[in-house]
Amino acid sequence: MNDILHPPAPRGDLAVDAHGLVKTFGGQGSSAFRAVDGIDLQVARGEVYGVLGPNGAGKTTTLSMLATLLPIDGGHASIFGVDVTANPHRVRQLLGVTGQYASVDENLTATENLVLFARLLGHRRKGAATIAADLLESFGLTEAATRQIKNFSGGMRRRLDLAASLIARPPLIFLDEPTTGLDPRTRGQMWDTIRELVEQGSTILLTTQYLDEADQLADRIAVIDAGRKVAEGTPEQLKSGVGSSTLHLRLADRDQTAAAAAVVERTLGEPPVLTPEAGGLNVPLADADRAADVLIALRQADLSITTATVRQPTLDEVFLALTGHHSEPTDTDQNEEVA
Amino acid sequence: MTTLIDPPAHAAVPVAVDGLATRPSLRETVDQTLAMAWRATKKMRRNPEQFFDVTIQPLLFTAMFAYIFGGAISGSVKDYLPLIIPGILAQTALTSSMAMGTQLREDMDKGVFDRFRSLPIARIAPLAGPALADIIRYTIASTLTILVGLAMGYRPGGGFLGTLGGWLLTIVAAWSLAWIFTWLGTVARSAQAVQGISMMIMFPLTFLSNAFVPASTLPGWLEAFVKVNPVSHVVTACRDLINEGQVTTEVAWALLGCAIVVAIFAPLAVRSYSRKI
Repeated sequence: MNDILHPPAPRGDLAVDAHGLVKTFGGQGSSAFRAVDGIDLQVARGEVYGVLGPNGAGKTTTLSMLATLLPIDGGHASIFGVDVTANPHRVRQLLGVTGQYASVDENLTATENLVLFARLLGHRRKGAATIAADLLESFGLTEAATRQIKNFSGGMRRRLDLAASLIARPPLIFLDEPTTGLDPRTRGQMWDTIRELVEQGSTILLTTQYLDEADQLADRIAVIDAGRKVAEGTPEQLKSGVGSSTLHLRLADRDQTAAAAAVVERTLGEPPVLTPEAGGLNVPLADADRAADVLIALRQADLSITTATVRQPTLDEVFLALTGHHSEPTDTDQNEEVA
Repeated sequence: MTTLIDPPAHAAVPVAVDGLATRPSLRETVDQTLAMAWRATKKMRRNPEQFFDVTIQPLLFTAMFAYIFGGAISGSVKDYLPLIIPGILAQTALTSSMAMGTQLREDMDKGVFDRFRSLPIARIAPLAGPALADIIRYTIASTLTILVGLAMGYRPGGGFLGTLGGWLLTIVAAWSLAWIFTWLGTVARSAQAVQGISMMIMFPLTFLSNAFVPASTLPGWLEAFVKVNPVSHVVTACRDLINEGQVTTEVAWALLGCAIVVAIFAPLAVRSYSRKI
């Protein structure tokens, strides 16, 4: 963390420059909860920067402080060199914020929402209507233009929300969990839209709970846990710690687990991880193609398996590798994550 | 995919920071307030139940109070009307402005307020916009109250101009008082809390006033409170205007009271709104 009395000079060449950000909730002393506990973020212009972490890690709180939605309790932040605390009105002119829960008006139609935001940003009635129509078309929402938002699907809301953030053509866009709760197809569409924004030169700061999302979109990723940054790097750097993929195996006969583990170790030179359920093996693979070698070796050793799956390392595995503890403390949290 | 080592493949948009305004201009503030008022009228049209209190209540209360208290207080319903109609007008102003706080609190819990707060707009616009649109509701309420009175046989001594004056004063008073409830809406934790606190403010202010009975019939300590109650001043001013057609010092006091309420509560509301999580 940086010296509070001698903060580094804000760098105008960075889109986001934050040092030692702190947010405390719930009073003073020991009862206070430090939701954000000294986070540094440096996002270069034109970069897509991902903030990855489980629920409650402090991602949204960090974004809210940078977007002037929450006062900063400690540290310094500047957006394109403009101090967030000293000059919030200027900062707001540089940002578009798309919230975790679509921040559009339920009672208005899609067109009315965009017209309202455009008028608030200084466009006359007519100009606002043109902007609304153009944005609805480019986001494929023209058919739903006159429908009230309460009748919109989750994916449509997010798209409208993103469209609303683009009215002012802000150079920096915050996306707070842009695809949480979306089905895979809508998620893919959202990713395509985000990539188009990147092509146009926008700087993007996005938060996500999904490693594959950060992997797909971000140039650089910060992993956040309990209000602190535990790692930072490119997606490749982060994943290299846990192998690029994992082969999950279950044996037909659980008594053969030890024998199978030995075969795997002989094939890859590294021992597999035994999963809590008996008869399960997790094999980290540097290269997904090696999965075939393992399967052939098992067949030759006459060890029969019931299932074999190759998948990307999960956020939990990255977490385990980085922090030594699981990203979710209990199983019940897994359900809340989707909500 | 780009990596940390390679610079981003796409050129960043140049950003000019120095030309940006540090605060919204007055003109922008007015435009933004009008846009927010436009949003509020759209909402009203889609939720017509927002008009229940300002339509049913004037009809019900005017008839109810006039027939129940008329004989006891003034000897007959007809003689009571000049006393009660301005009283009901003031009460209507208070109850219809009360909805402001609950509405705002409910609205602020929705995601769209996060966007309003993230936009480079005047902090007062999201509060002043709905307040402006709410004038529609006050107009309906005060018009209906006067019409019900006329239908019951009330013939205002102040004539058309006097009645118009009383009607306008009611709307101004309602708009001013709404800032108290707006402030409540920005500080309370839930819409129910706003509702509860508003009721606690509304009942003493209306019933401990000269709205329904002459203050002289009350015990001394109560009379003292009734005389300083701002609602009493609005009621008396309305009576002077509607019954006498005279712009008395009471009218000046009522308007001054309204101005003071706005001067205190509008800045308070904006301040606590800007700080709200």
